[in-house]
Amino acid sequence: MKTLPDVTPDNSMSKGILTAWGRLKTPFFYALLFFWAILCLAPLYFTLVFSLKPVANAYTPPLWLPIPFTLDNYRLVLQSFDLFPRWIFNSTIVAVVVTACRVLFCAMAGYSFARIEFPFKNFLFAALLISMMMPGVVTIIPSFLIIGPGFIRGGIPIGDSFTIPTGFNLINHLGGVILPSVVDAFGVFMMTQFYKSFPKELEEAAVMDGMGRWGTFFWIVLPLSQTQLLTLGLLTFQGSWNGFLWPLLVLRSPELFTLPIGLQWFRGEYYTLISVILAGSLFNTLPILILFFVFQKYFVRSVASTGSKEG
Amino acid sequence: MSKKISRKKVTEALAGYAFISPWLFIFFTFTVFSLGYAIYLSFTRYNLLKPPVWWGLEGYQRVLSDELFLTKALPNTFKYVLIVVPIQTMISLVLAFVMDQSLRFRRAFRTIFYLPSVTSSVVISLIFVWLFAPQGIFNQITHLTINWLDNPATAFYVIMGMNIFTTSGTLMLIFLSGLQDISTTIYEAAQIDGADPVQVFFRITIPLLRPVIFFVVTVGVIGCFQVFDQIFVMTSGGPLDSTTTLTYLIYKWAFRDTTIKMGQASSLAVILTLIILAVTLIQRRVIEGSGSTTQ
Repeated sequence: MKTLPDVTPDNSMSKGILTAWGRLKTPFFYALLFFWAILCLAPLYFTLVFSLKPVANAYTPPLWLPIPFTLDNYRLVLQSFDLFPRWIFNSTIVAVVVTACRVLFCAMAGYSFARIEFPFKNFLFAALLISMMMPGVVTIIPSFLIIGPGFIRGGIPIGDSFTIPTGFNLINHLGGVILPSVVDAFGVFMMTQFYKSFPKELEEAAVMDGMGRWGTFFWIVLPLSQTQLLTLGLLTFQGSWNGFLWPLLVLRSPELFTLPIGLQWFRGEYYTLISVILAGSLFNTLPILILFFVFQKYFVRSVASTGSKEG
Repeated sequence: MSKKISRKKVTEALAGYAFISPWLFIFFTFTVFSLGYAIYLSFTRYNLLKPPVWWGLEGYQRVLSDELFLTKALPNTFKYVLIVVPIQTMISLVLAFVMDQSLRFRRAFRTIFYLPSVTSSVVISLIFVWLFAPQGIFNQITHLTINWLDNPATAFYVIMGMNIFTTSGTLMLIFLSGLQDISTTIYEAAQIDGADPVQVFFRITIPLLRPVIFFVVTVGVIGCFQVFDQIFVMTSGGPLDSTTTLTYLIYKWAFRDTTIKMGQASSLAVILTLIILAVTLIQRRVIEGSGSTTQ
């Protein structure tokens, strides 16, 4: 920049590079996109192909086509091995209950933080923001104890026949997987931001009509936040459906496992049945894939919204 | 009049607390109380069978002189963060940049790139265990005969590669929405001023994207310090502890070892939290300080 005359020859050369780049960049970009796309599709494609081959052929070529073809693995997953349907059922229960509760509770709390005046509101909201930054690993052990017997085993005895439990006693119970996830800080924050930009006029009309806070919230506000609720719901469902560490700690007996825990356990018990594990893996992936294709727009929104909280 | 107002205020406050009550209950139980409980446990010896016994700093001292912690878990975790975070940030930024150009099939590519991210960590790990088996598809395609996951020199890198591959899709979407927020008039102005594409990228795109970069790196750091699922499924910390990370060590001490060490595991959890906090703060300084253009 300082010595402009000197750079003239150099400049023409860099111009040459730039025009070459201008011509080459589009093919280069496409090559990059295709390369990464193949990388993304390959593992799922191979899984599909080999889940359609007999167990004995789990490592045998051809790699690209299901030859010899069989549906035995899927038959085993759905019929002969009755734990698989149980795991799918358990996963569904957990994910549906967690999603329904979290969407409702986050919307309620978000609405309250955005609209209602109450003492210590700012303090509590600051606490919420701090808790969003806290790494989950630090509360794993105490949360496990709280969900289990609590900090005093057997509870605090009062008299002869009555004890106050100090924990929820929900180890090896689907409720123990669900309870800590029914609401989360990020969801509350997301809904608060949403309701802050939500037009007030609609509610004011409802309040004039004599609806209380609850009536206004359930009949006016909630129906009008459908898009946002769907975005949060999809994010929650995906997280809950795929959850691993927490259900791994809470659930102990195979008939109570969720699908990811079950698949991992199945691999330990029947490690030779690789093709069956692959078929089961696809069952774990399929519901999310279907949701993803149907609600793609909202998935993209939900991920983008996680990024905008700092920006 | 004033009485009426104050009554209205009380009703409002009660409604406000009623609306937040589910969150408040979970927050106090599983965050506030849990955190206090974790700190208390970190100063105790606790094996689940007998009540916790106050131990002072003994738990911390045992962690800090533990062989597995010092020679494996701590260096492994830092290695993991230092390799995975920069690479996944770079790849996702490049992908997002390319996706932001006016190219065809963008929607299809976006869908495909996000696929590994919707797949559960367990499923993708099980698939990779099979792909990288000695006679697995990866070796068949590359004509190699490496036992990837049973070799201390390679196992950790397979896990790193897999996690870079699965998270890049999500991070790409975050970058993409950040890029699309940058107004086109800025680019047009730069073009009129004669800036070439390289200058535009480093002088305009990157500085304007700084908050998003900060977010992606922070999320990456916090996530990578706590990597667990993939290690549990693929290697259980082995071979020869070469993939044991801090979170895996916490799990091992608290839930897996024959003598359960909940207190010592809690000490390690507190240490890990402090490390994450410190690294996040340092990194905030670095990213905010590196630019002359602060908004």
